[in-house]
Amino acid sequence: MSLVSWHDLAPMLPEIFVLCMGSLILLVDAFIADRHRFVTYAATQLTLLGAVLLTAQGAHGETVTGFHGLFIEDPVADVLKLMLYVSISAMLVYSKSYLQVRGLFRGEFFVLVLFAALGMMIMISAGNFLALYLGLELQALCLYALVALSRDSAVATEAALKYFVLGALASGLLLYGMSMVYGVTGHLDLSGIAGVLAHGVKDHTVLVFGLVFLVAGLAFKLGVVPFHMWVPDVYQGAPTAMTLFIGTAPKIAAFGFVIRLLAGGLQPLAHDWSGMLVILSVLSIAIGNITAIAQSNIKRMLAYSTISHMGFVLLGFLSGNLQGYGAAMFYVLVYVLMSLGAFGMVMLLSRQGFEAEHLDDFKGLNQRSPWYAFLMLILMFSMAGIPPTAGFYAKLAVLSSALDAGYVGLVVAAVLFSVVGAFYYLRIVKLMYFDAPSDPSACRAHADVGVLMSANGLAVLALGILPQPLMALCTYSIWHSL
Amino acid sequence: MASTPWLSLVIWVPILFGVLVLATGSDRNARLARWVALVGAVAGFLASIPLYTQFNVQTAGMQFTELHPWIEALHVNYHLGVDGISVLFILLTSFTTVVVVAAGWKVIEKRVAQYMAAFLIMSGLMNGVFASLDAILFYVFWEAMLIPMFLVIGVWGGPNRVYAAVKFFLYTLLGSLLMLVAFIYLYQRSGGSFDILDYQQLPLGLEAQVLIFLAFFMAFAVKVPMWPVHTWLPDAHVEAPTGGSVVLAAIMLKLGAYGFLRFCLPIAPDASHLLSGFMITLSLIAVVYIGLVALVQGDMKKLIAYSSISHMGFVTLGIFLFNRFGTEGALVQMISHGFVSGALFLCVGVLYDRLHSRQINDYGGVVNRMPLFATLFMLFAMANSGLPATSGFVGEFMVIMGSMKVNFWYSAAAATTLIFGAAYTLWMYKRVIFGKITNPRVEGLSDLSTREFLILGSLAVVVLAMGVYPLPFTEVMHSSVANLLSHVAQSKLKGA
Repeated sequence: MSLVSWHDLAPMLPEIFVLCMGSLILLVDAFIADRHRFVTYAATQLTLLGAVLLTAQGAHGETVTGFHGLFIEDPVADVLKLMLYVSISAMLVYSKSYLQVRGLFRGEFFVLVLFAALGMMIMISAGNFLALYLGLELQALCLYALVALSRDSAVATEAALKYFVLGALASGLLLYGMSMVYGVTGHLDLSGIAGVLAHGVKDHTVLVFGLVFLVAGLAFKLGVVPFHMWVPDVYQGAPTAMTLFIGTAPKIAAFGFVIRLLAGGLQPLAHDWSGMLVILSVLSIAIGNITAIAQSNIKRMLAYSTISHMGFVLLGFLSGNLQGYGAAMFYVLVYVLMSLGAFGMVMLLSRQGFEAEHLDDFKGLNQRSPWYAFLMLILMFSMAGIPPTAGFYAKLAVLSSALDAGYVGLVVAAVLFSVVGAFYYLRIVKLMYFDAPSDPSACRAHADVGVLMSANGLAVLALGILPQPLMALCTYSIWHSL
Repeated sequence: MASTPWLSLVIWVPILFGVLVLATGSDRNARLARWVALVGAVAGFLASIPLYTQFNVQTAGMQFTELHPWIEALHVNYHLGVDGISVLFILLTSFTTVVVVAAGWKVIEKRVAQYMAAFLIMSGLMNGVFASLDAILFYVFWEAMLIPMFLVIGVWGGPNRVYAAVKFFLYTLLGSLLMLVAFIYLYQRSGGSFDILDYQQLPLGLEAQVLIFLAFFMAFAVKVPMWPVHTWLPDAHVEAPTGGSVVLAAIMLKLGAYGFLRFCLPIAPDASHLLSGFMITLSLIAVVYIGLVALVQGDMKKLIAYSSISHMGFVTLGIFLFNRFGTEGALVQMISHGFVSGALFLCVGVLYDRLHSRQINDYGGVVNRMPLFATLFMLFAMANSGLPATSGFVGEFMVIMGSMKVNFWYSAAAATTLIFGAAYTLWMYKRVIFGKITNPRVEGLSDLSTREFLILGSLAVVVLAMGVYPLPFTEVMHSSVANLLSHVAQSKLKGA
């Protein structure tokens, strides 16, 4: 019997492909001159396309494990990975000219993005504490380096350092928590842990102690209050292209991580962790929304908005049942779509030597480019949760599941704070539509960016009119995975 | 039943035309945008006519129903239907849209396509609110409507428009979200249904009913608006362009009162009875106190805005009397107020377009230059003060009759509106229209153009027709109102 069989490798094909292509691009790029860098870009996009195809043909709607449960491939993993590829690919399109103008359109960028993607894919598919941790660290290290890619920018370096120090601390907390759970249950396998917990353990105190560290570590990675301090600084300091990346794909991965850990391995402790999530969730929604009002920098504002959105995602987990997880998954996917569009728009407004970072840069966009203003309008109303946009159904689904679990007060609080939240999204709309532009020239964008931005904005609107397909997909994949 | 889906048509025809108008693009095609908008508005109105002509006045049930699955994951359906309570509002909305498009024809010069499109889309959405029988569908229309209105106030409004637009949006959003929580709660209580008709049969305990009532109250009271959550309305009205004011006054305010009739009363009947004293008190405060506030306004639009709040106080009063006169009176009052207040705002718009002032003091002696206008304005001012033979009288009279049956003092307080209403409306009319010309700019005023005459004239015909012969309006609502009242009279506590 060979050490590695085809049965183990088959579900991992997309990961193996991305790994090989990442290494290949690393090698090939060394021999490509700067003016031919487009080749690297195209190769990266093709890699993502290949990963889409491999994941899609491997998706059978059932759970397959490899390497004795170290690796899991199930419908949730497939859906999340597909969304991951799409979001990374869109990120590359949006940031292409931004990076070119700023001299960041370099081979390292693409390689780091691909390896980060690999880390996220492993996080999504991990069935074991160690695999989870490996994926997480691979992703995190690439992201630290990406933030610092703009080497001569003091702000970016500072952001990267903050990100690294706090991220390392969070990883430490996670590991500590994992070691305690391992100590009590004797398993690193998530399914093994679930099996032991289902029968009850003697030392509940140590277990809950470990759980606290696990949840704290997760909260760091998701960026929810009170572990959110890094989010605004990193979002603001990083070049906008990196902010776009950090704000989208890693959230999908983090969601996968939470699903594997809490809904997979620690489901029998749902009663314990849901109590913790209540606090994280309500604080995030409150502080994220209130603090966002005071921001004049759009990246910082979107950072706080992200914090509140993550609070809403956690709201979906509170119920501890499949319906709630499905709602949370729908929320994450919709959030990623909105976030892509919003940051993409920030980059679209940026030009050579000019960062569209301030809210005032949106002034009079309706007079400059009515179509982009309209798309941004859709995105902002979607983030505020106003129908007929996808953001409304995302909020509806999680609120419904939380109310189902009996958290009436929490739901009312979340609703009140989303009125607060509506204020700052409205401010963007106000700037775009009610104010006169300071610079009347129309925004220029490459055709690919324009088309993708339109598709992105209209997708948010279309999902608002017909949310059924995506919602059904989320429900289906959750039901067939857990 | 494979008949023409009239309700879908009255919703989607204006919306599609709105998108089409948007597609005409920049102001270079303004002419095209105006004509497309007018065609869309008229098409929407024509599509709403069969709802009246084919309406069966004998049954209390929903008519013209359409039912299709929409979001199966949440059991949400695309469920439409109208009864005697809602059908007239759809006609009112579609008619008002034509008026608004015509009224903005010359006045709006910047971003014409966006302006016209906003009103067409809003018209479709408001029709959707009146026709929805599914809670989430209702909520989607209800909220989506805020977006075009927010833009209309903010882009084309007066100097303080941003403040007014944001205030309008946040006030209404707060109320709506609590309503959403109530919907989700009912969804769970009813075992996974968002159907409004199911909710009406659902037995509920008193405590749950009170909470649901309060959540709905927040949403609808803000919209009506009832005292003391009315403060957004004068701001929004004053800053909005004429078209925006007309739609706000004629239709948006009615949505709140419609909500009380469609949701609060049938879903939480016991809570409605329990809290009726509270509701009636708030209504009477609106009628009397806001009427007095209107008296001291120096700004014509503000005066009409306060007058609207006072008149809507009559509507909520009528609704919470729980008798036939009260409820039908409230409905008639709503329809009548839709025409009258819309017409009054158009009259102020006519003056504003010429002089760019809304201050009563800037006018005086207008009759010398605009006799035709003065005549029509007179009619609407009379209707607003509730003169017999105008539509304003019918509703107020019915509500006062209804309140007399419940409590003499209610009717005594309500009847003061006949004095105050006449006082503030006619005093304003006197100061604007009569007297000597003091402002030299009034000297140069020209009388109504054909377009303006047609708009105001058609409204005048409706106002008179409703006042002289209200039967065609009231017969539509008899069965549905009787059904509603019998439903409200039954306690829901037994089954809970």
